Amino acid sequence: MSAARLLGAVGLVVLALVPLLPLGPAQEYIWHVIIQIFLWSFVGNAWSLMGRFGLVSLGHGAFLGVGAYAMVLLWNFFGMTPWLGTPLAVLLTVAFALVVAYPCSRFQVVGHYFGLVTLAVGEVIRLLIVAERDWTGGSLGVSLKAGGTASDWRTLQFADKRVFYYVGLAAWLFGLWVWWRVDRSMARSAMEAIGEDETAAASVGIRVARFKMAITALSAALTALGGALLALYLAYANPDTMAGIGVSLRIVFAVVLGGMYSLLGPFVGTALTIALSEYLRIYFGIKLIGIAETIYGLLLIVFIIFLPAGIYGSIAQAVRRRLSRPSGGLPVRA
Amino acid sequence: MLDPIFILEAVVNGILLGGVLALLALGLNLIFGVIDIVWIAYVDLVTLCMYGVYFLVSLYGWPLWLAGLAGIGIGALLGVLVHLLIITPILSSPPVNQLLATGGLLFFIQSVATLLWSTDHRSVRVSLPTLEVGGIFISFTRLLAFVLAILAMIALYLFLTRTYTGTAIRAVSQDREAITLMGARPQRLYLVTSAVGGAMAGVAGALLIIQYAVHPYFGSAFGPLTFMICVLGGLGNMVGTFAAAFIMAQVISVGGVLVSTEMGYVIAFVIFIVLMFVRPGGIFARRA
Repeated sequence: MSAARLLGAVGLVVLALVPLLPLGPAQEYIWHVIIQIFLWSFVGNAWSLMGRFGLVSLGHGAFLGVGAYAMVLLWNFFGMTPWLGTPLAVLLTVAFALVVAYPCSRFQVVGHYFGLVTLAVGEVIRLLIVAERDWTGGSLGVSLKAGGTASDWRTLQFADKRVFYYVGLAAWLFGLWVWWRVDRSMARSAMEAIGEDETAAASVGIRVARFKMAITALSAALTALGGALLALYLAYANPDTMAGIGVSLRIVFAVVLGGMYSLLGPFVGTALTIALSEYLRIYFGIKLIGIAETIYGLLLIVFIIFLPAGIYGSIAQAVRRRLSRPSGGLPVRA
Repeated sequence: MLDPIFILEAVVNGILLGGVLALLALGLNLIFGVIDIVWIAYVDLVTLCMYGVYFLVSLYGWPLWLAGLAGIGIGALLGVLVHLLIITPILSSPPVNQLLATGGLLFFIQSVATLLWSTDHRSVRVSLPTLEVGGIFISFTRLLAFVLAILAMIALYLFLTRTYTGTAIRAVSQDREAITLMGARPQRLYLVTSAVGGAMAGVAGALLIIQYAVHPYFGSAFGPLTFMICVLGGLGNMVGTFAAAFIMAQVISVGGVLVSTEMGYVIAFVIFIVLMFVRPGGIFARRA
């Protein structure tokens, strides 16, 4: 796989150099789009850690929301620097995720039912954010209080988008690394067995509840980190873009579009959906509001029917079949 | 201290809301129970039917009852289309993909509605009096919708229990392997079920448009609640669904008056989550 490795290295260098390129007057906008792609891919990767093992959560908006709001509120009300607030927010989210995951694995809530329970969890968080409007600003959202200066390492607020470009890049690479580590670990085999048949997995000595809770905690932690970074970058959090069904489904769809069983699937899916909606937004402007989403929804249906392994997943599958080497590379399932 | 009359009014409103929720959930549960696929976009089909009735009345000047009947037809047609175009190709895919395909439909319907009809709130004005019974105010429109919803549910019940096709549909939901041995064709029954489920969405749409304003995201307001009622009632369990709808409606209505609207929904969702853990087969399922 040295060719793939070389390609990866070249791609990485290009990505690292983008902020240094002279992109003309649109450069701020291009950086903005790429930062969003990095951060949402990171969240998508976190989701796919669970999704690929059959734990299809439709409530990751809850983890995103708790992470983002905890960080923002700790800073706004207690002046806690995001350096401390973000880890605290992640810890809080993990605790919350375990409270949900424990009964789910204890009572064997799987399949449709897991999806619907997590969907309800996402809605509960969104509604609580809206209901606690004295703290959270309700459905209007909440802005991150400005720090002292334009660029401040203490508050992690920067006027220059390039700083966040590298933060986003680092977060995305970190997410890929975690995915890769899970993929190479024994836990992967165990989780795959659990995903196929819990009772059979338990009968060969796999600790089903422990593995499920661990992967949920990991996924929730990364999602919360993604939420906090998004809120830091945008300096704003909103219950509809950070919690609830809408964002939860959006995360799932981007990943499914790209391919949830492959390393770069979430990135490809997220990049495509963000690029598509940005392109359609610029192309149609305010003439045809909703056209981007219409095409998006249609694509999703078509993809799930004809390419269930996703765009990247299907291409990777085809390439692998061509090469059909016995070892190396990432496993891709249909 | 809250006047008890307000709570009583909330209870009455909860019962009226329960009728509509039961209708929504029964249509979805029929499909869920028979085809074993959750149509995430079910309430968005209802939204389309609401738009249909609205335009027939306001643009073409149809009388409301006729537009309502047309709405039922629109619903049945949509149900058949969804089944043929989306569900049939993925019948044997993993449940996750089925969930996601109808989720894609949800995005599609909501954005097509935005594209075609903008985000304006539209409603059919029905000028009916408000009844006052012992200090409680009841909207006659909602009472009428409640009665019609109950009648539609009775009709569905009779269809499922008294007709040959209805019996076959119930048989599929009980054992999908055995039914093929009995010589019935599940594909045809799936199609009929989708049409009936869609027609129920049409009934719901016609009854909702006289109470609520329709907008592209109407489905998101009622959708999650509808699934939860469906699951709480139990797969294919019509009586359970009916009861679950009234329980959830009471929680939302009374909780909304006692605390706040959002907290009413929060309490209802938390009850759902907890019940999923202790009674995954629905509130009326026998314990294994």
